[in-house]
Amino acid sequence: MNENADPADVFRQESAELLEQLEQALLDLEQRPGDHDLIDTAFRALHTIKGSGAMFGFEQVAAFTHEFESAFDRVRKGEAAPDPELIAVALNAKDFIRAQIERPEETDAVIGVCILADLRKLFADAEARAPIETPESAAEPPGKPAAKTTTWRLGFRFNKDVLVNGSNPLLLLDELRGLGDCRVTVHCDRVPPLGQMEPDACYLEWDVVLTMAHPRSAIDDVFMFVADDMELKVEAVDEASAIMAPEAATPIAQAAVAAPESAAANPPTGAAPAPAHAEHAGALAETSAKHVETSTIRVPAERLDEMMDRVGELVIAQARLTQLASKEGAGGAKGVAEEIERLTSALRDAMMGIRMVPIGSLFGRFRRLVHDLSRDLGKEIDLTTAGEETELDKTMIERLADPLVHIIRNAADHGLEDAEARRAAGKPPAGHINLVARHAGAEVLISVSEDGRGLDARRIRAKAEENGLIAAGAALADAELHQLIFLPGFSTAKEVSALSGRGVGLDVVKRTIEGMRGSIDVATRPGQGTEITLRLPLTLAIIEGLLVRVADARYAIPLTAVEECVELSEADATRSKGRSFLNIRGELVPFLRLRELFDEPGEPDAHQKVVIVAVADTRVGLVVDQIIGSHQTVIKSLSKLHADVPSFSGATILGDGAVALILDVPHLIALGQARETRMQSSTAEFA
Amino acid sequence: MTEVEESSRQVLMLGLAGEMFALDARQVREILDPIPVTRVPGAQPYVSSVLNVRGKVIPLADLRVRFGMPPASITPDSRFIVVEIELAGEPTTVGIVADKVYEVTDLDTSTLQKAPPIGMRWRPEFIAAIAKWKDEFIIVPNMQQILN
Repeated sequence: MNENADPADVFRQESAELLEQLEQALLDLEQRPGDHDLIDTAFRALHTIKGSGAMFGFEQVAAFTHEFESAFDRVRKGEAAPDPELIAVALNAKDFIRAQIERPEETDAVIGVCILADLRKLFADAEARAPIETPESAAEPPGKPAAKTTTWRLGFRFNKDVLVNGSNPLLLLDELRGLGDCRVTVHCDRVPPLGQMEPDACYLEWDVVLTMAHPRSAIDDVFMFVADDMELKVEAVDEASAIMAPEAATPIAQAAVAAPESAAANPPTGAAPAPAHAEHAGALAETSAKHVETSTIRVPAERLDEMMDRVGELVIAQARLTQLASKEGAGGAKGVAEEIERLTSALRDAMMGIRMVPIGSLFGRFRRLVHDLSRDLGKEIDLTTAGEETELDKTMIERLADPLVHIIRNAADHGLEDAEARRAAGKPPAGHINLVARHAGAEVLISVSEDGRGLDARRIRAKAEENGLIAAGAALADAELHQLIFLPGFSTAKEVSALSGRGVGLDVVKRTIEGMRGSIDVATRPGQGTEITLRLPLTLAIIEGLLVRVADARYAIPLTAVEECVELSEADATRSKGRSFLNIRGELVPFLRLRELFDEPGEPDAHQKVVIVAVADTRVGLVVDQIIGSHQTVIKSLSKLHADVPSFSGATILGDGAVALILDVPHLIALGQARETRMQSSTAEFA
Repeated sequence: MTEVEESSRQVLMLGLAGEMFALDARQVREILDPIPVTRVPGAQPYVSSVLNVRGKVIPLADLRVRFGMPPASITPDSRFIVVEIELAGEPTTVGIVADKVYEVTDLDTSTLQKAPPIGMRWRPEFIAAIAKWKDEFIIVPNMQQILN
């Protein structure tokens, strides 16, 4: 528990989640306007934001949300239909609430006024269109027992700490009174003697007979905030009996009032009929089930990082222990060391697991994006998603948001044709974007596919030639051409729409993905659509590496880049340095001697090995002295003082506590190529 | 260094190639016996390696290179001093090699002088001040400049 947490921050976090729920509900509602569960979900989210907003001092938020809620209540009562127009305004309102919570000083209250005006106008229109629907319940003043009233008997008690949590039962009772004719009986049976009484505990219980015209859900709404902290029993009472003899309808109250002594000895519901017990038990079980569902805690990401560091240290200390234990052979020590080794690795795996979150939260955001895109572009777009449960490192999910937004935008804006063109091509008028995430080995694949026009290789070529990105008439395979769209300064869009002009090009997308050690594949079929697939490692925190030795130093090569390992033949090793090529199954692969690259003095080992790595389609061999084996470890970034060293993407700590650098394969290759070119030109001068 | 005026300041005294240096004690996190380091090929010579300090990989700076002193190997007296300094607005943990660590002492700030612009072997921007301590001249290095 974080005791220093600013309560306002807690509210911000909570409301962010609630707003997300609200958005999802609204978007779903657009698809299924009749779904009452969705309307209730949206309403509940609003109600909670209003309540806790007021509690945490976000008065403006509470005020606006209240207005919004009242308007939305009419949807709930069936007085207005959740048509697309209403959903659009509701989404705006949701954005406004979010802005008010996150950046109150930058948010103009006028926007809120406009949104509310829009809402009212919509309802006014709805009323004008369907005047018959409205009068029923809205026209009826609440509280007056009319023809269609029902009488309810309520019994409720709160958890003892309900007052400490900021709830006020008196206000709840007032709210009940507001619903209709109310008879309240209070029980003091649980109140202990003064000496044992906790001053801030709530010991009272209430029985209420309520006659109202509202549906039963109105009662639940009153207790919405405290539902988890109380036992509530509601039953409908026969109208006649309630009117005739309210006393007779409240045996619980009667018994308790009549015999306080005996009630003090028994549980307070003791006088109630047996079914009430069962009901209570049922309600309790329901509450506890709810608790299980939501038993999560919030932990700041930095704490996880800190724990990860500690676990990293533990792994190192444990490796030393194992070494010592094996050396001294001191009987039991070895067994304990093995036990600790097992525990440590389990702990590390668990730690990694904590950082993983399902990608669904990210996908959720794109539904809104597609909804807005569909409206702004005037194209009908369906979004389907799959694999929401696929887990990915939390930090990666955050970094993926912008690139995916960009790709989806491109898909909607450039990929999908408008309805007319689609009809002409014999496709359904609504475009379709499919967002899929799945695991593939140690990678996560996220693909965005659409059934649009597909990439036009000819146009890409023309554009690339025009921009000087490729030589005119250069022989490029289609796949290579498709990769050109990720180059800086490349855009085939004839006109820049408001959507494309966000300053983020596909080149930035590519850089971001590569920064996460990922890659991008493009598959396209003319007239049938394009699929862009992001390949990402499971986590940024861990690397599966091939550990090699060069002179006395150990280095890790990301295993995803490694294709194969071969021995450097005597002939290849001694051949003139100008021709560093290997023959791998008939294909020439250039190789770099890491000893030279890293300026290691001394003679190389007799039997050097070559690790063949591949970047895109370029294969290069890295000559090392020894291949030690695969090694999974936590990635540590290098400090700013080593930012000028491009050969390494980071460092990792080995079992013996030593640091091994992680090779940045793409940069190494560039470095080696530069060196080779220099060497070639100097030998040319020599000759 | 822009400090509030104080009459004395706690410093860690260390020896390097026969010279005495004083590091602001508030920057010092810990002092380690030498442990194996890993060379970073292609790095600047004054930060040529990294080491593992409690699960963190930090750079190891050699002030000798910056002060034009001859290289020396690690001896049993050598120590790695872990300091935290602000580089480009971010606190950065760096190890510094010392031939010997003497003591933490109070340095009378009235003896602090600006480094003379001439008559020195060292680049003036690397020196925050020259101080006097027990009849000896002490260099207060400007770590921000040295590691820049």
